[in-house]
Amino acid sequence: MPTFGSFALLLALALSGYTLLAGAVALRQLATGARGRVSPERLAETGRRAGIGSFVATTAAAFALVWAAFNNDFSVAYILHHSNRALPGPYKFAALWSGQEGSLLLWAWLLSAYGFVLRLRHKVDVKLTAYASAILAGVQVFFLLLLNFAAMPFSLVGGQVPQDGFGLNPLLQYPEMVIHPPMLYLGYVGFAVPFAFALGALMMRYPGEKWIHITRRWTMVTWLFLTCGIFLGAHWAYSVLGWGGYWGWDPVENASLMPWLTGTAFLHSVMMQEKRGMMKSWNVWLIFSTFMLAIFGTLLTRSGLVSSVHAFAQSSIGTWFWAFLVLVLGVCLFTYILQRDHLKAENKLESLVSRESSFLFNNLVLLAACFTVLWGTLFPVLSEYVQGNRVTVGAPFYNRVAVPIGLFLLFLTGIGPLLAWRSSSFRSVRKNFVLPLIAALVTAVVVIACGVRPWEIFTTNDQGSFYAFFAFVLGAMVVTAIGSEFMRGAGVISRHTGQSLFASVVQLTRRNTRRYGGYIVHFGVVVIFIGFAGQAFNQSKEQELGFKQSVNMGPYRIECLSFSQDSNANYDTEYALLDVYRGDKKVTQLAPEKRFYSASQQPSTIVANHSTLAWDLYVIYAGKNPDNGQPIIKIFLNPLVAWIWIGVGIVVFGTAVALVPNMTAALAASRNRVPIAAAEAVPARGGD
Amino acid sequence: MRGMSRIGRVLAVVLVAVLTMGAADTAKRYNDLGHKMMCACGCGQILIECNHLGCPDSGPMLDELRTALAGGASDNAILTAFEDKYGPTILAAPMFTKFNMLAWIVPPVLFLLGIAGTVVLVRRWRIRAAAVPAKPRTVEFQAMRERIRRETQL
Repeated sequence: MPTFGSFALLLALALSGYTLLAGAVALRQLATGARGRVSPERLAETGRRAGIGSFVATTAAAFALVWAAFNNDFSVAYILHHSNRALPGPYKFAALWSGQEGSLLLWAWLLSAYGFVLRLRHKVDVKLTAYASAILAGVQVFFLLLLNFAAMPFSLVGGQVPQDGFGLNPLLQYPEMVIHPPMLYLGYVGFAVPFAFALGALMMRYPGEKWIHITRRWTMVTWLFLTCGIFLGAHWAYSVLGWGGYWGWDPVENASLMPWLTGTAFLHSVMMQEKRGMMKSWNVWLIFSTFMLAIFGTLLTRSGLVSSVHAFAQSSIGTWFWAFLVLVLGVCLFTYILQRDHLKAENKLESLVSRESSFLFNNLVLLAACFTVLWGTLFPVLSEYVQGNRVTVGAPFYNRVAVPIGLFLLFLTGIGPLLAWRSSSFRSVRKNFVLPLIAALVTAVVVIACGVRPWEIFTTNDQGSFYAFFAFVLGAMVVTAIGSEFMRGAGVISRHTGQSLFASVVQLTRRNTRRYGGYIVHFGVVVIFIGFAGQAFNQSKEQELGFKQSVNMGPYRIECLSFSQDSNANYDTEYALLDVYRGDKKVTQLAPEKRFYSASQQPSTIVANHSTLAWDLYVIYAGKNPDNGQPIIKIFLNPLVAWIWIGVGIVVFGTAVALVPNMTAALAASRNRVPIAAAEAVPARGGD
Repeated sequence: MRGMSRIGRVLAVVLVAVLTMGAADTAKRYNDLGHKMMCACGCGQILIECNHLGCPDSGPMLDELRTALAGGASDNAILTAFEDKYGPTILAAPMFTKFNMLAWIVPPVLFLLGIAGTVVLVRRWRIRAAAVPAKPRTVEFQAMRERIRRETQL
């Protein structure tokens, strides 16, 4: 199997190389009118088919590695280091992306899969797809070069082959780790597709905005994968690392956040190009930056440039990534300089108080957030270069610098939809802002009445309450703004059709899925921010708990029922059984564990969590007292954490709605006999 | 005697209140400072959040922190002492000194400059169109209306 895998990788490289070369030659011939022995159309077609073949070959290589994991083929060094006989099946599958070489193979496979779909759908626009296909093949060649010559997943073990492997890192032996990395990679890799289309459109001076229409769904799906990947990672950290938090501002976490921020900015600003023919250069550079940041994130995790607990082992492939990054930047810059006159805006902004300028500020804030994260991630390297010593830039820095930017973004989320395209009159601004402002004021009073003291930031330097206060107030404002948008449109439909308000909301959403799906996403973002705000009120306690001893935390009483130890082929475990009471009523039983994995000789925490809408009772088995063997239990009461995961669900739902095509106005009118006047009244201030 | 006893009780209450306030203050400072430092074991976790089984560093470091707080040292003095002993990476964020100041200043300054630049840009771009009287409903008007509809609804 290792020989088969190595051969498949070599074949994939040859086929991708051919796709790149044949595509480039054919497109050059088409552009200049030159003719060779084979017509450019036929040459491009052979390139397309070779690209599809490259997907088959990369799939075969990935299959070979998974096969080796399932068959305990420890002659393959990668399998020896990332698997063992007792490892459960799903984690053997996950071994594919648990190490440097395997995860690069996953990158290459996902990229070839995206390329496969793109090449199958080439009839959308044959010429533009041919450009995009050649560019994707270029990226694929880079990854396959790495896999064939720098990070070979099928390297064999020298000498005697061990009977068992060293096992998978215990932190990765958690169900979410089977889906979190592929999701994240689907996001990272997926941005290569809109990047390829944007670069291709620029190279061929593609007229109009069709490339944006073609890539809109690609970009949204990619963005959704990245969002899910990031939050699955946060949930994994919360459930496995056992420190009571979900985001540690680690360089590797930051690496995933940066392309997400620029990708979000791109999703917003392309609307200005579609509607008004503006910001063409900006959009092209946003998607270029997003792709380059995805590559840069991969570089960060693999080069040893920054230290992180999540990073792969330091290796020489950093140089490869630097070279590739410089090459990509060079190609983008060269193409832009050559073709920049093609990106001239068709319109200009007409007012500071307009939807366009709100998008502009939204982009500015997202880029400021991205720069802050990049600056914080790279400052230790800069400090070492200038001062001769590294410093740590961790959570306190981001809490002070990035969180206010995030809150400003939340504020813009609220006001953007209330502004009209082109220009908003003072009267309409006043009319649209009254309700959200009232909601914000009422929430401010309620939150202060509930005991949140934002002014304590000036006396006790308590940033948590200050940020939480503004998150709640701005959240109320945004939700009211979104709600009033839905109600206004649905009210018109309801009045003219006699449908219930709910049915009208559904119909309204189906008429303009992108706009209202976007609002649902914004609502999800508010729910996530409320979840973040809860962090300001976290409580924790650590206590030794003997048999029948109990400890109080918030409204709960936790009583130790028993503590014991167990073992199986994969790990030894120590655990405590804890009964949780609220008043006199038993609400649940929790069993926090500490595992010690035999193969890797590493410990791991298994958190026990009782989650409700109000708070999580998060319990960790911290160890045992060596004198009496009694367990030491650490208990956190983390308010509103469940809101984060619910908010992500809403974001996923909203994105799915936005991906559904609009129900046409004609169909709607014929089915529901909506008068034309009513149909026109709904999107009166329209837009996304 | 009864009066003395009342004064004594009041004093005792005040003393307990002051001591408790101090204790609460110390606990808060312990928590704050524990969140401003990293564990030295290389786990990359905030000192007070380090949860490694048998971590060789977090326990002794937290003991040092308690001792320093009991000794009455200021927050800055404690942080500086830890930095001197364990190196600059022990602080979870750089202090506001010399070159490290840049870490804190650059993002907000660039953000503010960006806002100012955007406002200036929008003002320069803005077209101050004179009021145009409403046109009758001609073919051009319908075309214009269709264009507006297209531009304002996706």
